[in-house]
Order: sequence, then structure tokens, then C-alpha cells
Amino acid sequence: MAEKEYVYFPGCSLEASAIEYDLSVRKVLGALGVKLIELDDWSCCGSTPAHSVDHGFAAAVAARNLALVEKMGHSTLITPCPACLSAFKKAHLRMEKDKDFQKEVNSLLDEPYQGGVTAKSVLQIIYEDIGIKAVAEKVKIDLPDLQVAPYYGCIINRPPAVMEFDDPENPVAMDRLMEAVGIKVCDFAFKVECCGAAFGVTKRKMVNELSAKVLAMALEAGANCLVVTCQLCHQNLDLRQEQINRTMGTSFNLPVLFFTQVIGLTYGFSPQELGIDKHNINAEPLIKSRRPVEERIKEEEEKAKAKKPKPKKAEEEES
Amino acid sequence: MEPINLTQNTDWEFIEQVKKESGENPSLCYQCGNCTAGCPYTKYFDFPVNQIMRLLQTGQKETILRSRSIWLCATCETCTTRCPCQIDIAHIMDVLRIIARRENYVAEKEVKIFYDAFLSSLKHHGRIFEVGILMGYNFRSGHLFTDADLGPKILGKGKIHFLPPRIQGRDKVAEIFRKFEEKRKSRG
Amino acid sequence: MRVGVFICHCGNNIAGTVEVAKVAEEARKMPGVAFATTYMYTCSEPGQEEIKAAIAREKLDRVVVAACSPRMHELTFRRTVEKAGLNRYFFEMANIREHCSWIGEDKELNTNKAIEAVKIAVEKVKQNKPLFPSRFKINKRVLVIGGGVAGMQAALDCADGGLEVVLVEKSPSLGGMMARLDKTFPTVDCSICILGPKMVDVSQHEKITLYAYSEIEEIKGYVGNYQIKIRKKATYVDWSKCTGCGACVEKCPSRNAYDYFNFGVAPCRAINIPFPQAIPKKAKIDPKFCRQFTKGKCGVCAKICPVGAINYEMQDEIVSEEVGAIIVASGYGLIDLDKLPEYGGGRYPDVISGIQYERILNASGPTAGHIVRPSDHTEPKTIVFVSCAGSRDKSIGIPYCSNFCCMYIAKQAILTKDHIPDSQCYVFYMDIRSPGKGYDEFTRRAQEEYGVKYIRGRVSRIYPKGKKLVVKGADTLLGTQVEVEADLVVLATAVIAAPDARILAEKLHISYDPYGFYVESHPKLRPVETNTSGVFLAGACQGPKDIPASVGQGSAAAAKVLSMFSKDTLESDPQIARVNQNICVGCRKCIRTCPFGAIEEQELRDGRIVAKVIETVCAGCGICNSTCPCGAIQLQHFTDNQLLAEVNALCLT
Repeated sequence: MAEKEYVYFPGCSLEASAIEYDLSVRKVLGALGVKLIELDDWSCCGSTPAHSVDHGFAAAVAARNLALVEKMGHSTLITPCPACLSAFKKAHLRMEKDKDFQKEVNSLLDEPYQGGVTAKSVLQIIYEDIGIKAVAEKVKIDLPDLQVAPYYGCIINRPPAVMEFDDPENPVAMDRLMEAVGIKVCDFAFKVECCGAAFGVTKRKMVNELSAKVLAMALEAGANCLVVTCQLCHQNLDLRQEQINRTMGTSFNLPVLFFTQVIGLTYGFSPQELGIDKHNINAEPLIKSRRPVEERIKEEEEKAKAKKPKPKKAEEEES
Repeated sequence: MEPINLTQNTDWEFIEQVKKESGENPSLCYQCGNCTAGCPYTKYFDFPVNQIMRLLQTGQKETILRSRSIWLCATCETCTTRCPCQIDIAHIMDVLRIIARRENYVAEKEVKIFYDAFLSSLKHHGRIFEVGILMGYNFRSGHLFTDADLGPKILGKGKIHFLPPRIQGRDKVAEIFRKFEEKRKSRG
Repeated sequence: MRVGVFICHCGNNIAGTVEVAKVAEEARKMPGVAFATTYMYTCSEPGQEEIKAAIAREKLDRVVVAACSPRMHELTFRRTVEKAGLNRYFFEMANIREHCSWIGEDKELNTNKAIEAVKIAVEKVKQNKPLFPSRFKINKRVLVIGGGVAGMQAALDCADGGLEVVLVEKSPSLGGMMARLDKTFPTVDCSICILGPKMVDVSQHEKITLYAYSEIEEIKGYVGNYQIKIRKKATYVDWSKCTGCGACVEKCPSRNAYDYFNFGVAPCRAINIPFPQAIPKKAKIDPKFCRQFTKGKCGVCAKICPVGAINYEMQDEIVSEEVGAIIVASGYGLIDLDKLPEYGGGRYPDVISGIQYERILNASGPTAGHIVRPSDHTEPKTIVFVSCAGSRDKSIGIPYCSNFCCMYIAKQAILTKDHIPDSQCYVFYMDIRSPGKGYDEFTRRAQEEYGVKYIRGRVSRIYPKGKKLVVKGADTLLGTQVEVEADLVVLATAVIAAPDARILAEKLHISYDPYGFYVESHPKLRPVETNTSGVFLAGACQGPKDIPASVGQGSAAAAKVLSMFSKDTLESDPQIARVNQNICVGCRKCIRTCPFGAIEEQELRDGRIVAKVIETVCAGCGICNSTCPCGAIQLQHFTDNQLLAEVNALCLT
């Protein structure tokens, strides 16, 4: 398989509070033969606070990074963070459609952005560029106890005209990837319901209530684990789970894993390597039963052998 | 809601201003309520989002800019994704919030303080210094113990840095802020 | 030559930005013009009288009217000059309104342009030749495509008017969508009870030939003389023997066939009679699900059939019919639930469409009229109806209203309460459209007498929660989000063009709009005619409409056909191509380029092969004229010389 190369934008929180997402992304993409070149001297994308000030300003903050990608001679930028992705895509799209806007934004930058960069999520490139088959090929470990509800969060594929990826009402990228690595996926109705977004610090109760709905629906769907692709969702659902229980009077104890962590486990990486030990809600009880795929296959073969005698009896009767 | 004299109290200029800044046409809205029906934040808004659109259609500038709704919108894009008239409602909410900030209407002070703390970090370091933001927010908002319970959970896991990240190009990022401020002042 | 020029003020429409007096003055100076005047409204009766009087008085032999677009009144004025004794083709119109006065406000520019337009028209009319329409015989038989209520009404009216009718219906039985309904609004009549007699009349009428389970294969010819090829699809059952006893259906082992009549509410047998009141009441095999066809072994129906009607070897048959007019009543379709992903996209069995619910309500439907949830066959107690599921929705390309959903939702809610007295129905709506007679009273009745809760607001999302479905909508009158936990959700899915509507339109050479609905000649004044002479429309194929409107249009289309057939011959338009056989070199380029196949070869007595135009087929497009290398074929009234005269008038003088 030819080695794929991508310019990588981790995003501010993946360096700190969401470091396990970055760890697991790097491990999994490495295993899949993808070379990541971290964008040199990248700056924060601006996220919600920037676009609450002015759209030209927000686009400039984001486009500084796009201009750096162009400087490196590349035309694709991948990021695990949906908010960063949204900032890049919105800046790029508006600058492409509206030349006056492009001028205004570039006047704020020291190096103008020419419009030649496509931003994508890590989830998208794994699902589309690398593909289910290649992802499935590397699986070595079974995780028989995991029953996941894939939670995409509200902006990784919405609005569809901007994000250009997967279905806006019923996305399936993570579902298919989890199935491909042998994990049981539950039919989960709240795939894109907002968890509370960036209001965790300022409006804790609101975020707790919204996140609680997601957790409750996951349990309804028969899941014992939530799988996410956004670190802000992860924080609201995992780090704040005790807060949720206090606010709502519930007793959730649902581990939340990044999809790259789940894939990483099936590839044979240890929970420590993938940062699973850094989570708040303990996922160990669900993953401790992991074992090599060969073991399961052997067991199944033995079971099949044990059943064989029956056909002989029928033959005997006939003769 | 108070009775409104539409002849005297429709702010036509405001409607045009929002149209221009957002690129969206509020006349396309036939008030079906789909946005409100799907909005996860309806419970917390003082005006549900379709009413914000209605207030915009009737030019009720003060009511909109004083509302809490525009500060509590999370830009989750549910309304935009499902609007049958293809209006980018989330974008309009954003524009209303931008106008509110510009004209100094802040119904949700904590939200603005948090955003300002975030932007301050961005301006000084080029990237987000999470601990700095939280501390800045706690201090300025007077809620000194916000998320204090989360500290012990992430301490010792390498998830907190006590020193801010500093990129080489942080002056270039600060330049963006400076140039933007200049432009805004010159526009008046 | 004495040309008369009449310049119309058209009130202020033309005179407002064109100095009509000046135009008349300049017209008088043009060579050949004997008389020029202006008039306020030339198309009015006094205006036309003025033209006739001037022709007599000034001894005019050609007339130019400078006014609106010829699409408005060319026909009117041609008749006027004809009544004054001139050949109607010695008339030209200069468009100084749509092409001139309505474009801008600059009086000088407009006046100059008007003068030029008149000049062009004068030079053209001087080149015009008298043309005489020929008359051709018409075949007084009519083809009706579609056996729904509109088609059947049209067929019955034509047949009762003495015409022979050929009725072609795509599905195995007559009845269309109306046959699937349980009751009809606002009278709550049993649908099949009022439709059945019409179906019987059609099948028994001596003047109607019914081809059921057949489709139009090909249409050739022109108004008054169509040659139709009809494909009788193989039913694998000999309908001349089948008695409709149903023994085959009972014994058929293949139970998972898709039931088209019931819109898939429940599966049916591979051999099937669509519904108990079907006409023709005959069985048909669906080879996709029949074991004999898919696996090569079964044959149960053939063994059981008491009259030996089963024939697995049956082939499609093509039959020919000749008719003089065609009425299209091909009906409508409904969008698939997969177009509505926020409502489950068809993945939730208890979220169904209005027509599926109608089949559940129907006593001869798959649940024998018991309202049950498709998922677990329990009786629902909370039923939510969602209006405008796809209609009035620009984001999925259906910006129009589907016409009858508000009414049928009210009906279905009322029937639900009748069936299940302790049920509660909710209706989410944006507006209530109930314009017909008794319609608004009917929708009010649902709310006032039957306790149906109407909630003003759209539904954003439907998702399952345990055994129920949560319907997340808005109540804009209350100003908040509302949720209903439903046992069953009925979506009023949007009306779209019938499947294959566009393909049928191409065969008929008629236009369709961006949504696939057929285009009428004029949206207000000519709703049942098309711009293709001889083809008429009736019913929902022209746009979503309810039963009374469809029946009305069926009768209207029949009236049009009867009036067309009241004459024995029809006039053909003489503005067609004609070959000067002395110049024609027989290169056959025109034959190859004609899109209508209207040119054929003719062998002259001296052995030369030349081109000959089939007058009745030629549509007058002029492509042959531009193709012909020697100018032998000319489009009458638009010949090379005539057009060059116009060009010269503009460019050389």
C-alpha cells in the first residue's frame, strides 16, 4: 500500500485536555501507513469565540493556517476536531464564493490565503480515503464486551453544504468503521443531537441536561459505551459525567471512548498507549476481556468439530 | 409581550443591516417552526429561534439584541440543516450576536466573559492556554470555583499544562487582532 | 401594392414610451404604404372594425399591425383581414410592446426601434404569398391513457357522446388512486362504492375497449390520425379464461411479494388479484417473486386453476390502435420515505405514509380495516399526523403544495376516532388548505367534534423511544417546542409526478414542468389542452388535485375532443415546408435532419428522386430550409426571400 501523507492540525485541546485523542489518532494512522506532518507553527482556529466577534476576523484567524498549508506546498489539511474543521471550511467556502470577503480577510493576514486547501476530518479520511477494507485488515484483537452507540456530535457533518461529509441525519461513518473492526454497534437515535457544545464552563447545568439526554438514549439503545469523534463532546459526556449525575439525579456510569481508541485496541495497542487510562469514567471493565482474534476462531472451530458426528448418524440410518 | 405599533416601531434599517451582513433574506421564512422544533436549546432561550426570526421580520431590534437567546445559541446547525426554506438560521443568529456585541448588548455576561478570555489567550499566545482561560474567566465573572471539581480528575494525567503554549507566529496572530481593531475604528 | 399600417397605443402600454404618432408619420413615407394610422386599442371590436373599414376604403391589399406580441392577437387580426376579404397571410405584426415599449423608458430610443420594427414588417408583408390550409380527415376514435377516476370519466363522456374509446391502464385494474381510498372527503362516502359503478360502466360500455395491465409503447402520427402501439404486458394468466375465483391466490406458496396496490403495507402472494372489487377481476403473476420463474419449480397455481388459465410461457403482446385524439390521465406519484431522513427515512415501521394508512383503514385492505401498528400489530392509541411531509419544502425540491393532504388528514383523523374511540389524534400543520365546498367545515369538525388536536408548527424530528415514537415539533402559537409520544405516525407525503411521467411525455411530444407535471396550454384559460394539438390532459398528471377537480377535468377533456370531432375534417396549418421539385437535387439532407420524420422520398415520372413534405406531419420548424444546399425546400411564410427582405429593411436602409 502506497504511503499516504497528510498535513495534520491537532487543535489546541488535543495538546492538553484531549491529549488522548491525539495519541490514539497518531497510533491508528501510523498503523494504517499514513504519515502525518504536523502543520508548522499552527495557531488556534478561533472556534466559537472568534465567530462571535466578526466573520471576517474569524475567517482570518482560521485562514492563517490554511495559508501555512499552502506555503508547505500541500492542498489538504486534516484535523480530528469538528470545530476546527468547521472554522476552516466556512472560511474557505466564503472566501471562494465572495471575492470581496476574500480581500477583506486577506487584508488582516500577513500572508494571504489563495483558496487552494481542502480541509477534512480524520474520520473522513479514514472512512473514505483509507477505506473499510484496509481498516479491517489490521484487526488482531476482539473486544467482545463492547456494545457501542456511535455519537457524532452536531457539527462534523452539518450543515451538509459546508461539511460535505456523510448523511446529516443518520451518519454511518463511525458505525461502519466500528463494524469493520468487529465491534457490536447499537441502533442509536441521537447521533447528531447537540451535547451542549462550548457552554460547559459558563452554563454547566444546561450542558449537563443536554449531555444527559445523549447518555440516556445510548442506554436505551442497549449500548454500554459511547464512541465519539469530538473532544468537546467527550469532555461534556465523560469528564462531566459526575456533574451530570449531580445535576440530573442520575447514576450514569457509561465510558466514552474516541473511535480511534477503539480501533487502536483492536489493532493491539495497549490502553495506556491510546490514553484510555486518562479518561474520567473507567472503561477497563469493558475492555479487559479483549483477546486475540485467533483465539476466538480456534474456539469456534473446536465447537464446529464437536458438532460433526450428527451427519454420520443420519447416513447410517439411511443405509 | 407588549403590543407593537408596527407603523412606528419597525426598524427597517436594522432588517437591511442584518440582511447585508448575513447574506440571508428573512422574508423567505414562512414561520413553520421547524427550527424551534429541532433546536436543543429552546428550553433555555427567552425567545425560541423562530420567534427571533419573527422579531427580525418585524424589525424589533431592541427586543432581539436584548435577548438571551442570541448568546445561548450554540451554532449546532440543526436549524440550518432542516429549514425547508433553506435559510442559514444559525448564521443569522451569529450575525445578531455579532451586532449585539458591537453595540454593547450583552444579556449573558458570563458567555461574553468566557469568549473574551479565550480570545485573549489566542491574542497573547497564538493558541489556547486552557488553565489561563479558566482562571481568567473565574476571576472576571466572580464565579471563582467554576469546574474546580474537575481539576483533580485531570491532574497527573498530563492533560493540564501550567505554562501557556507559545507559537513563533504569535505576533502574526496578534496582528490580526490589531488590524481588525483598526478597521473597526476607521469604519466608525 | 397598397399596405395599410395600424399602430396601436395599447392605452399607455405602448404610447407611454413610444411616440405612436411619429411612427405612423414615418410609416406613411415607407415605399408601398398607402395608409397609416394609430388607434387606442386595436384588438378591441371597434379597432377591428376600423381595420376592415380602412381595407375597403383605402383599397388595401396588405396589412401591418404594430402592437403587442403576435402570441397575443396574431390569430385575431388574421381573422379580421380575412373577414375583410384578404388572404389571412397578407398580414404581419410588428411587436412594439414586449420587444420595445416595455423594455425601457427612453422615448427616443423606443420610437426609433418601433419605426424600424414597422419597416421590417412592411418589407416582409410585401413578400408574403397567399397561403391556403388544406383539410384532412380525422379518425373519430379517442385514446385515453390512465384508468383512474379522471381517465374513466373522460372515457365515459366520450363514449356516451358516441365516440369509440381505447382506454389503456398500466396496472391490472381500473380505479387508480381513488380505488385505494377508504372514504372520500368531505362526505365520508366509501370510495370504492362510488367508484365501482363507474368502473363497471367503463368495462361494460360497448364503445370502450379496455386494455388493462398495458402501457403505451409508441405513438406515431398527428392530430386526427394517430397510430398507437400498445404493449399488453404478460400476466401469465389467460384473462379470457380466468374467472377471478382466487383459488390460485389462496394456494400460492410465495408469500413475500411486494403488494403494489397496498403500497407495501403487507406482502402478498406472487399470484395476486389486486383487490376484491378489481375490474378486470383477474389474477396476475409477478415473476420477480414467483417460484416457478425464480427457481423453476412450483406450478401450484397451474394445478389448482379450475379453468386452466395459467400460462407461464405468455409473452408481452403488441397491439395497434388508430385514434384521432389522445386524453392523458396518467395520475400522480408520492415521494418515498427515504427522502425524509429526519422522520426516519423509512427505517421505522410505525412511521408510514398517508396512502399506507388509508389501506390500513380500508376494510378490504391487508388488515381488514383494523388499525394496527405495522411493527407489532397492536392497536395504537396515540396517532400523530404530520402535514407537509415533503411539500412546500424548497430544500428537497418540492416548493409546491400537494393540494389535498390537509383534507385527507382531517378525514383519517375522524375515521381513526370512529375505529378507536379511546384514541387521541394530533395533527401538526403549517396552514390548513380547505377551499372546496364543505371543506373548511369538515376540517373544523375534526377539531370540534372529534377532539383532534391541531398543533400549528412543523415537525423537526421523529425518533424511536422504546415501543413509541417521539415526535418533536413546534407549537408556534404557544411559542415553544412540543413533543408527542406516538404509537403510530402518519406522514402526508408530497405528491410528485407519476413514475415514468417524463417518458410518456416524450412519446406524446408534450411538455412537462420541472416537477414532471404536464404543461397545459394556458394555466388559467386552457387547463385541459396542451400545446400539442390532439393531446389533452385530465386529472393529477397536470398537477396535484382532488377528486372533483379530476372528474371535472375528465369531462372537460372529453368535451374538447367531442368538439374537435364535431367537424369531419381539420384544417392544417399552411406555414409548413414545401419543396420546389424543379430545384431539388435529391440529396436527402432534409429527410435526415427533419426531427419529425415529415419528409419522404418521391420518384418523379422521369425517374428523379426528390423530396416531398408530408403536410400533416410537418411542424413548421424550418430546419430543412436551413439545411437544404440549394434552397429547394422553403418554409412557407418564412421563406429565404421573405426573411432576407426583413434583414435588408433593417440593415440596408
